[in-house]
Amino acid sequence: MTSTSSISRRDLFKTGGAVLVSFVLALPKRGAAQSAAASTESGKPVDPREVDSFLAVHADGSVTLYTSKVDVGTGLRIAMPQMAAEELGISVDRIALVEGDTLITPDQGGTGGSTGIPRGAVEVRQAAATARQALLALGAEQLKRPASELTIVDGQVRPAAGGAGVNIGALIGGRRLSLKVDAQAPLKDPARYTLVGKPLLRPDVPGKCTGRHTYIQDFTLPGMLHGRVIRPASIGAKLLSIDESSVQGIPGLRVVHIENFLGVVARDEWAAVRAARELKADWSEWQGLPGNEGLERYVRQGPLDRDQELVSRGDPASALPASDKQFSATYQWPCQSHASLGPSCAVADVRADGATVWTSTQGTHGLRASLSKIFSIPQDKLRVIYLDGSGSYGGNGNDDVAADAVLLSKAVNAPVRVQWMRHDEHGWDPKGPPQILELRGGIDLAGRIQAWETQMWLPTSVPGTRPFLGVDAAGIVQPHGQGAGQISQNGDPPYAASNVRVVVHWMKQTPLRVSNLRAPGKIANVFAVESFVDEFATAAGIDAVEYRLRGLTDPRAIEVLKRAAEMIGWQARPSPNPRAAQGNLLVGRGIAYVRYKQAENYIGMAMEVAVDRASGKINLRRVTCAHDCGLVVNPDSLRNQIEGSILQTLSRALHEEVKFDHSRVTSIDWASYPILTFPEVPAIEVALIDRPMLPPLGAGEASTAPVAAALANAIFDATGVRLRTVPFTPARLKAALLRS
Amino acid sequence: MAKYSFQVNGRPVTVESWDPAQPLLYLLRNSVGLHGPKFGCGLAQCGACTVLLEGKAVRSCVTSVKDVAGRSVTTLEGLGTPEKPDTVQAAFIAEQAAQCGYCTNGMIMTARSLLNQTPKPTLEQVKQALAGNLCRCGTHTRILQAVLRAAKA
Repeated sequence: MTSTSSISRRDLFKTGGAVLVSFVLALPKRGAAQSAAASTESGKPVDPREVDSFLAVHADGSVTLYTSKVDVGTGLRIAMPQMAAEELGISVDRIALVEGDTLITPDQGGTGGSTGIPRGAVEVRQAAATARQALLALGAEQLKRPASELTIVDGQVRPAAGGAGVNIGALIGGRRLSLKVDAQAPLKDPARYTLVGKPLLRPDVPGKCTGRHTYIQDFTLPGMLHGRVIRPASIGAKLLSIDESSVQGIPGLRVVHIENFLGVVARDEWAAVRAARELKADWSEWQGLPGNEGLERYVRQGPLDRDQELVSRGDPASALPASDKQFSATYQWPCQSHASLGPSCAVADVRADGATVWTSTQGTHGLRASLSKIFSIPQDKLRVIYLDGSGSYGGNGNDDVAADAVLLSKAVNAPVRVQWMRHDEHGWDPKGPPQILELRGGIDLAGRIQAWETQMWLPTSVPGTRPFLGVDAAGIVQPHGQGAGQISQNGDPPYAASNVRVVVHWMKQTPLRVSNLRAPGKIANVFAVESFVDEFATAAGIDAVEYRLRGLTDPRAIEVLKRAAEMIGWQARPSPNPRAAQGNLLVGRGIAYVRYKQAENYIGMAMEVAVDRASGKINLRRVTCAHDCGLVVNPDSLRNQIEGSILQTLSRALHEEVKFDHSRVTSIDWASYPILTFPEVPAIEVALIDRPMLPPLGAGEASTAPVAAALANAIFDATGVRLRTVPFTPARLKAALLRS
Repeated sequence: MAKYSFQVNGRPVTVESWDPAQPLLYLLRNSVGLHGPKFGCGLAQCGACTVLLEGKAVRSCVTSVKDVAGRSVTTLEGLGTPEKPDTVQAAFIAEQAAQCGYCTNGMIMTARSLLNQTPKPTLEQVKQALAGNLCRCGTHTRILQAVLRAAKA
């Protein structure tokens, strides 16, 4: 039995949210135990100036940490406790971590740009250091000894010289410290670290390996219904009509229709899946996309918001024509999807007196602010709680699906879980933007850079949050911001060059919605810059490592470059490889270097490939990476992130391009949007360069940046062919080999 | 509603379904309460939903409940627990062979199936056995090491 709820936008905002026409399926009653959002644990401070916002000491001496930064598979869940435990003088297994809950965690910003450690954990560490001073003072009173003679070991405040102590739980357990975070509270001397720098095991891995870890996709509530959303047949289409008879046989189904928003809700998930698949709906025609083939023209001819000069040094306009050798090249990077392995999911429970949303968003507090405004739910009545999801690598479908769940829960007046289907995630996640870079440069007879100019075409930022798909479809007013992160960095060469200009042409529009995708913009920018530098080295007849070393003075830069080269057994010689041929294969090696954002991590990366001459297939053999991110907190988690960054970016460089026609995205599954598979996986060797006396930098994405460049340089070394357009598909390389 | 009886992790279960074509995945997750197998694509392309049917890896997102009646299903939960993991699970934990972990179910179940048939695989055999299992975080090298470690255990 099906019932249809055609709801007007205005009706949706009537008190209580239930505005429905006929509805046959008896909905489960809501238990009183399921209290509305804000009633539990309320009163806990969340002001980031307060120590109690970040940590609580319990009566048994255990500690809970609170942060808005979330562990999306990155290892923050062990690294942050390691840093706090070091200051507090307790063991890591006595620490629990609460991540991303707007009611009880302080707002330290969303999780992105590798800020989990350098901002999230550093703030928690300072709160822990402040707490340490307070605990020592309390211990001093109790033990009748000066605080300066005391230390904290295993959760006991005790004389440093030895003797009886008192447990921190006995000193303050269950009570608040009521202290401001002291920016001057002394931090432990890194030379005396016992936890930071150790490869402690991540606490979530055993649960993940035994099916006991609760993901957002696994979360249930009593009386929860399953929802699916039916996206329009083409991106801007209007819903013309629905034929409910097409889903008449599906039990316990409700169709929710709010302007152009179309969803189904059922108690049985499979019923919702089938209904979403089988419900017949007529949509208007819409053809507003340029299509893949027209993308470059669209970008170059599209209206510009403004030009911005990011780097202006010396006089490249005069220096370029005066250079002994001159170069120009265009590099292109396609639209790419976050392509999360599990489609995005959220559960919303919207009630008359407030709402709770469970989500794997990377920004709980930002999501609360947006949903609060759009749905007119006061922020103190709206609680957004993070649960792990499938890896997101930036803004995937997580925020959109949360809005879908709120819309459906509000419409049917019951808790609703919405999970997107595969075609929803591939088709509708906001994309990493397409990038075009035009480079011009010149060198002197010794190969030194005389002039450099980078022009980039990138989608401009529009203030405000990205519009939610469902909210737009339902005709509800919302901001229409646009942004894809810090996409214009690393567009200049990191080597000695006195005449440099980097200009961004900020485009007003973008064919598909964009968002931040791991290392936003910088993978393509480094791909262009480090490929172009390789072109200089080749033209100068200089070994690619030697060429780079000549332009570097920073010892940290020199060290990572040399280490990566040494690890792969680099033999100095110019490119291309004079002895590339090995049977049907052409073998070569490449190098790339980056200082991430020109201010953070130093990374050197080398790669060895074998290209199949006949097919154009690229076999990845070895990758070496030397990585300097300052203080290393957890070397094993860090290695995991670096290995992942390398493999994910190899996938992006070799395979990935979002395909679309004039109406819709057409790469909507793993067959049409292939990613790296096991048989392609190279051997990876990582060297960590630890700098215990320096601050820790984030490392979730920096090592993605040189990957495509190192790969392109290795392909050039093997074949003499320079690929300047991603992805490096066999067909593309084969065509280039035939042309060469 | 029709009832279907089969074994899950050694215990008999009976589930109800209005649709004999309902994929096993939804019934395991929503009726039996086993969340190890994950929905990834519903198209048998990624492997996140993998379970063992009579000891062999199958994609539960495209396996109809009617085809499972009377047979024996093992899920990730049935291999072991955090306290007592089986050898493949223990090897994945030792190698920290997960990032987000959404694909981990499929990796472990497929590896278990491989090792049931080929107890001492080569690296190349492991790569081929996992060729149809996708990982987006890029944990591949650790997963390969974990399977080889399990084979040695």
